Amino acid sequence: MPALGAEMEAGTLVQWLKLPGDALKRGDIIAVVDTEKGAIEIEVFDDGVLDRILIAPGEKVPVGTPLAFIRAVGEAPSAAVPHAALTIPSAPRPECRASPGARKAAEDLKVDLATLVGTGPGGAITREDVERAAGRAREAPPVPTAPAPPSPADKMAAMRAAIAAAMSRSKREIPHIYLSTTIDMSDALAWLSAENQRRAVDRRLLPVVLLVKAVARAVVEVPGVNGFWVADRFKPGSGVHVGCAIALRGGGLVAPAIHDADRKDLDTVMSELTDLVARARRGTLRSSELADPTITVTNLGDLGVEAAFAVIYPPQVAIVGFGKVMPRPWVVDGRIESRTVLTATVSADHRAVDGRRAGQFLSAIERRLQAVGQL
Amino acid sequence: MTRAEIHEKVLQALAGVAPEIDTATFETDVALRDQVDLDSMDFLRFVIELHRQFGVQVPETDYQKLSNVAAVIDYVAAHIGVTAPSR
Repeated sequence: MPALGAEMEAGTLVQWLKLPGDALKRGDIIAVVDTEKGAIEIEVFDDGVLDRILIAPGEKVPVGTPLAFIRAVGEAPSAAVPHAALTIPSAPRPECRASPGARKAAEDLKVDLATLVGTGPGGAITREDVERAAGRAREAPPVPTAPAPPSPADKMAAMRAAIAAAMSRSKREIPHIYLSTTIDMSDALAWLSAENQRRAVDRRLLPVVLLVKAVARAVVEVPGVNGFWVADRFKPGSGVHVGCAIALRGGGLVAPAIHDADRKDLDTVMSELTDLVARARRGTLRSSELADPTITVTNLGDLGVEAAFAVIYPPQVAIVGFGKVMPRPWVVDGRIESRTVLTATVSADHRAVDGRRAGQFLSAIERRLQAVGQL
Repeated sequence: MTRAEIHEKVLQALAGVAPEIDTATFETDVALRDQVDLDSMDFLRFVIELHRQFGVQVPETDYQKLSNVAAVIDYVAAHIGVTAPSR
């Protein structure tokens, strides 16, 4: 069970999409798990063959629990699995506390102890509990019941709890520094407008794509802001994976990554962002998208916000906030002109990033936005 | 295509972007931004859907004309050759 967020403790396996014996390629989606961030598609990290499934649908397990064994290509199947093991094994039952009398009664009356709630000392199941259950069973034959899926209100409460945990940890542990600058976006937006004018409607670019790409390129110049603070030291990110804060309709947010955003062209960033937003709101994000952003961008400009000073998503060390584009009197070559400007901010973890480096990063973002044709 | 048909498809397009809206009670003359939470990505998806439904390419410079449902219907009607209503 992968950790799909700083504060995730457990997830529920919803569905296996591959069967034992299936060949797997890196990036294949093997299963769906339910988390406080919605249903997440779990990807495979390496090529191999699905050897054995360990966790059955419906089971909730802690982060770090193996879900399945994947063997290397060419490796012999594990001996424990019969060749025809194409069915999903049932969930291993937790040990029940039950009195010997209860165990005997359970065997005689064919009652599954794991389905009972004990009323004995320390919650142990007693003989009476078993007999009561057997009586109920005679009155009404048990119907196989799956645990009820969480209601939208439950899911929202879980997501709020996850956000609360991550943000509280951030503000408790991370000494934030905040820097801001106002960037003249006139040329960038004129370029974008001309570009969109000659594009069909479904190939248009949004300004946020320029922002995400500018951040990704700036990260390459100032890699010290790209990564994680783990075990009292900075661990650089492997690649530039820009998390994009996406508000969900009805509340809550997620910040899945656009992987290697520095190496993707604007059209690719746009189509991936469109896809991420749609899937985030549908609740079908992939594990790697949630697990490995190396820096995050939040854009609140659509809401009319002038400047957004964001809270870092731990264990990342920086987050960039963008406000709205707005016309302002601006001094250009010694003269006042009306220009379209935008305020960009960087919140950085001062344990990992000094003000000077954060400032270099912010000015690199500005420089990239002054030359959007080269993004 | 009649204006009523355009109206229905416009509401469908909107509901495709913002599933929480109630198309039955959605006000035609009240500003979209006062009735539904649309960010720039949502609005672009709405415009793409208008193109898919009606074949109308709305240039960015015309986005401000699409302020409410009635205005969207007028815009679409004008571009696909439906007579404007008498008001």
